[in-house]
Amino acid sequence: MEELKKVYFIAKKDMGAYYLKPPLISWGLMLPIVFVLAFYFRNPAGIKEVVPGLIGLTLLFSCTSMAAIVITFEKRIGALERLLLAPLEIRTILFGKTLGSSVFGLVITIVITIFLIPIIGLSINYPFSFSLIIILSGIAFSLLGILISVGVKEVFEAMTMSNFFRFPMIFLCGVFFPVPSMPFPLPILSYLLPLTYTVDGLKHCLLEDKGMIPFYLDLLILLGFVFLLFSLSLFIFKKRIRQEF
Amino acid sequence: MNDIIQVRDLTKFYGNTPAIDHISFEVKKGEVFGFLGPNGAGKTTTIRMMVGLTQPSSGTALVDGHDILKEPVEVKKTIGLVPETSNLYGELTALENLIYQAEIYGVPRKERRIKAIQLLEEFGLKEHQDKSFQKLSRGLKRRLTIAAALIHHPKILFLDEPTTGLDVMSARGLRKLILDSKKKGLTIFLTTHYIPEAESLCDRIAIIVQGKIRVVDTPENIRDQMKEAEVLEIGLDRTPEDLKSKLPSVDGIDKIVIDENRIRFHTRRLDQVASPVMRFLEGHGAKIKSINTLSPSLEDAFVKITGLDSELMKIDKPMKAGPE
Repeated sequence: MEELKKVYFIAKKDMGAYYLKPPLISWGLMLPIVFVLAFYFRNPAGIKEVVPGLIGLTLLFSCTSMAAIVITFEKRIGALERLLLAPLEIRTILFGKTLGSSVFGLVITIVITIFLIPIIGLSINYPFSFSLIIILSGIAFSLLGILISVGVKEVFEAMTMSNFFRFPMIFLCGVFFPVPSMPFPLPILSYLLPLTYTVDGLKHCLLEDKGMIPFYLDLLILLGFVFLLFSLSLFIFKKRIRQEF
Repeated sequence: MNDIIQVRDLTKFYGNTPAIDHISFEVKKGEVFGFLGPNGAGKTTTIRMMVGLTQPSSGTALVDGHDILKEPVEVKKTIGLVPETSNLYGELTALENLIYQAEIYGVPRKERRIKAIQLLEEFGLKEHQDKSFQKLSRGLKRRLTIAAALIHHPKILFLDEPTTGLDVMSARGLRKLILDSKKKGLTIFLTTHYIPEAESLCDRIAIIVQGKIRVVDTPENIRDQMKEAEVLEIGLDRTPEDLKSKLPSVDGIDKIVIDENRIRFHTRRLDQVASPVMRFLEGHGAKIKSINTLSPSLEDAFVKITGLDSELMKIDKPMKAGPE
């Protein structure tokens, strides 16, 4: 219970302190909005088909950008050291940082989704499933952002490194083209990336689309990503602390 | 238990180079213990190992009875650390920073705000409580960082180079705050490369050079090691260069130094030397303006013990990037 409270305090502080940081605004907010607007103005009628992908992208960019800020920015000013000095387990710090990044990403994503509903006549057929998929994806993306950020020193490095993963995901994860229609061996790469299952799950919830795989499998695979990324982040985080401190 | 910190054979290697080389010492409950040494001596590394931020290569330490390797979380509950760089959160206000520290240290909800305000008042920061940390002056940032380290009622406060980079007034105010904290029963472990600071603040001092402790004692006892080098300084009405060659050979004078109108006799037998020297000077028509006996300073003792130039101790470390 005490640990959960501390997770909450870390997340609350991160959200309060960093939501206005310029790299976060540009990568975590502006970029997803630009994507949505670009597709809307190009073809207002056809945007509905790519909405699951756009929502997935929004979540990916906002969560990973926040994760990059809460880790790298604090490392640079020496504030991460304060957390390491406090009577906290490393996993508590990691939980806190993940929660802050996920909530930030989810808020941005939900706000953009709410705006999309009246504009394009979007309806969320299964709100509970929709919530599950975006929450699990948000956590997985935040952990991915943390995993990338713990190894670098500067915020811009974290953003650049994140883009190595984020940009290919735009094309590989079924955001604009269905994964099965991609030439071999690209689908193999697609199946290794979490955004693929976010987009597939969202298609189940938002479109009358049966998706690539059943919805419950999307959820299970994303859950697997969460466990895998958390274990990896914890391992790398502990290793980096031993090396850097 | 009188010793609140017991350090045993603590060692840290970076590659093949020992940064800290098998050091052992104790810190008594309620004292101000100073780690004095030049930059690069291993002071910060020692502090970081004792507070659980850096893993020792070998050896260990007990902090308030808790092993730093086996019970790091218990150790962290007992201590507060003020690092060399004031590293609170620039975006939060002074009050928010203290409340956040209280939250992550598990201070009960009802006490958080009360304790934070009380510390702001004690540290002269009340009027700045709503200013963001990044807008405070360097001296105020330092004060707030110390206040933040005290929010959870630690038993031991670690201060790494507390006055480095501060102006004279801020440094003086900070030293007073440190002594006030000691009066309240806090044990203080501080590192410094300012010899006068160590002398004025510390009950006991460990002199550390190149990762090894050369001596651990009170400033008085360390100075006493230089007892043999007392100095009789006589001020004259003129430059006494011509007298130097004529001085009689008086037993007990080790060295004569002439500095403008002053002549200094380094001696181990001040009682035997004083009268013949003054008789000689008067006999040669020199008018004595002043007589001083100079006791050895901690600086003299430091130079003797370490073999280092005391000027080396006046060099500050280059400041790290951060919200100084």
